[in-house]
Amino acid sequence: MEAASLAQQRAPFGQRFAKAVSDNILWIVLGGALLFLFIGDPQRTANNVVDGLSVGLIWALIALGYTLVYGIIELINFAHGEVFMIGAFVSVSLYGTLGLATDTAVPAVVLGLVVVLAISMLASGVLNTMIERVAYRPLRGAPKLAALITAIGMSFILQNVGLLWRPTPDSPPDLIRTQREVFEIFGVGVVRSDLFALIVTVPLLLALLWFVGQTKYGKAMRATAQDPDAARLMGIDVNRTISLTFLLGGLMAGAAGLIYGLYNQTVQFNMGFTAGLIAFTAAVMGGIGNLKGAVVGGLIIGIIQQTAESRLDNGSAWAPAVVFAILIVVMVFRPQGLFGEETREG
Amino acid sequence: MSTTAESTAAPRATAQPSFFDRVANLLPGWGWALLFAAIGIAYGALGQEWFGEELYDAMITTLAFVIMALGLNIVVGFAGLLDLGYVAFYAIGAFVAGWLMSAHFAGVIGGEDGIHIGVSEVTRNLPGLHINFIIVLIAAAAFTALWGAVLGFPTLRLRGDYLAIVTLAFGEIVPRVFELSQSGPFGIGSVDLSNGRQGITPIDKPYLPVPGLENVTRIEIKPYYFIALAMLAITLFVNFRLRDSRLGRAWIAVREDEVAAAAMGVDLVRVKLWAYAIGAALGGFAGVFLGFYRNTVNVDQFEFGFSVFVLCMVIIGGMGNIAGVVLGAVVLSLFDKYVLPELNGVPDAVGLDFDVTAVAFGVFGFFLLVMMTLRPEGFLPNRRRRMELHEGDMLHEEPVYEVRKG
Repeated sequence: MEAASLAQQRAPFGQRFAKAVSDNILWIVLGGALLFLFIGDPQRTANNVVDGLSVGLIWALIALGYTLVYGIIELINFAHGEVFMIGAFVSVSLYGTLGLATDTAVPAVVLGLVVVLAISMLASGVLNTMIERVAYRPLRGAPKLAALITAIGMSFILQNVGLLWRPTPDSPPDLIRTQREVFEIFGVGVVRSDLFALIVTVPLLLALLWFVGQTKYGKAMRATAQDPDAARLMGIDVNRTISLTFLLGGLMAGAAGLIYGLYNQTVQFNMGFTAGLIAFTAAVMGGIGNLKGAVVGGLIIGIIQQTAESRLDNGSAWAPAVVFAILIVVMVFRPQGLFGEETREG
Repeated sequence: MSTTAESTAAPRATAQPSFFDRVANLLPGWGWALLFAAIGIAYGALGQEWFGEELYDAMITTLAFVIMALGLNIVVGFAGLLDLGYVAFYAIGAFVAGWLMSAHFAGVIGGEDGIHIGVSEVTRNLPGLHINFIIVLIAAAAFTALWGAVLGFPTLRLRGDYLAIVTLAFGEIVPRVFELSQSGPFGIGSVDLSNGRQGITPIDKPYLPVPGLENVTRIEIKPYYFIALAMLAITLFVNFRLRDSRLGRAWIAVREDEVAAAAMGVDLVRVKLWAYAIGAALGGFAGVFLGFYRNTVNVDQFEFGFSVFVLCMVIIGGMGNIAGVVLGAVVLSLFDKYVLPELNGVPDAVGLDFDVTAVAFGVFGFFLLVMMTLRPEGFLPNRRRRMELHEGDMLHEEPVYEVRKG
């Protein structure tokens, strides 16, 4: 009797091995590819990893918005990329208003950036909440695809608002001296823009994880995500919780917009579409609905993107297509993402 | 008489036959077909002089867009598969026209002289591939159908918004592959498929040894109108016949309940792939026409916005209803090609400075938003579709959940 149940518990080694491989297939493929590239050209690969991690932080911030919203109302917030774009536009406009330029003194720049960051985060957050109120809440009981189509409509509206606001590409002043090298690890130069992305993003990520994981509001969000009806019975104001979720996603997107503008030294009205799709790929890769997964997914997508840009012929043009191809592969073959939580779509 | 009987037999439908049903029953099906054919031909013959060149030109593009909307309607409206990457098939069809009807492959295929099949005297002396447009139309439809099935295959196990996003990603990748074909990462770089961002131009004019099509020029656009009208007639015929066929009923069954359809013996893989293939074929069909009508094929024409534009036609008109889709396509594309350019003076008049046509997609986005909120079934809904929607069960998706109003 006991022997039989033991035998049931422990499958043969071959089966366990096969399951371990299939459960971790994405990690194995990605790790193997990176190792292969590293052996071939260590210097270049290390460079790509550093660049990829800093770009990946931006994608992670945007991906969090997708994953938060999907986690709670199972909607792909198509307009999220545009919320990010508006955040970037707000920040670029504020530099001029506050008189921040390349020759401003360092303390003033730091102070100014903190103010601009706060305002652009708030602008994106409020915008995202308003989008939910106007476009998604009326469709709460409607079929899911109706809401998705509405979200696409919203995305186009915002993109055209961006077009009217700034019809041509704009570059913010190089406040942080983007390309100045700060230090070197293993022969890889870390420039100021990399460091800037890190310094702004990490506190935000930690704050968000703390908020969702430790506070009463975070608990309400998780409860609503799990079962909205039960959450309402427990006295949680579901509508307010959903608004809060959109606010948080928008705050992150606004910060990402500011970093993106300074990091790439360019903002454009149609930047939200590609960025949104890349970040969505990151969210799916990490397992949509999973906050830590979105961050890890963002970093991985960043590395993949930088590797594609540097390794492929005409790489910067190909990189988005490579990321979209990865999106397709992950959605078709591993819709639950890296960490293996089942989704209802899979 | 029959309408009352029908509507009482279907208790969930509105008690009175809808306005649309009453109008539709004024004439039998063939009567409507004749009426619209007569209007189409009369406009083609006289519209250019009576209503002006701009509207005529917009009308020709509109006819091609109607074909595309009908193609997308097969995928989205009949089979219930939300496809956000329809532009991929437009791109493939247009590029087939670019390859087979231009000097693009001069010196690459067919040597110095090129290959000529059934083309006019003038074209016969040009290098490159020059094939008669009717052959190209058929070839492109077959080629895009193949690609429709190929791109549809990976999506078979997906549902709902995951399906939408995967098709969207395909729609983004396909034009990039054409644009960057010379710098391919996977060794496809040897053949130039698109001449980079410049695209392929000029493209041969259509030619047939019949009066009117012997010597088509760009100045006289009347022949293009009649070619498009004939193509639309074929497309409509195919659509009506398919809707009432065994395959068409299988599509609707899959749309309404995939599991039940499979249990009833519907082969999901075959049925879905046919939907993708036929939908794609119509996209390619219209793509060829737009390729030679616009005389240029370049990747900037194939953006995500176009997929949404066509989807917008299908949704606003009424998913799954052929008449509704035609209406939606005519209204939206005339709005885009004719009304918006005419409105260009308005911002100036109120002291603003912008180009109205630049924000066309924003306007369509607004339409989508309003439509989804107020009337998700479209202006001329398919009756069964309307019932599905008002049960909160579009595309066999369950509603997310209900939240207290307020």
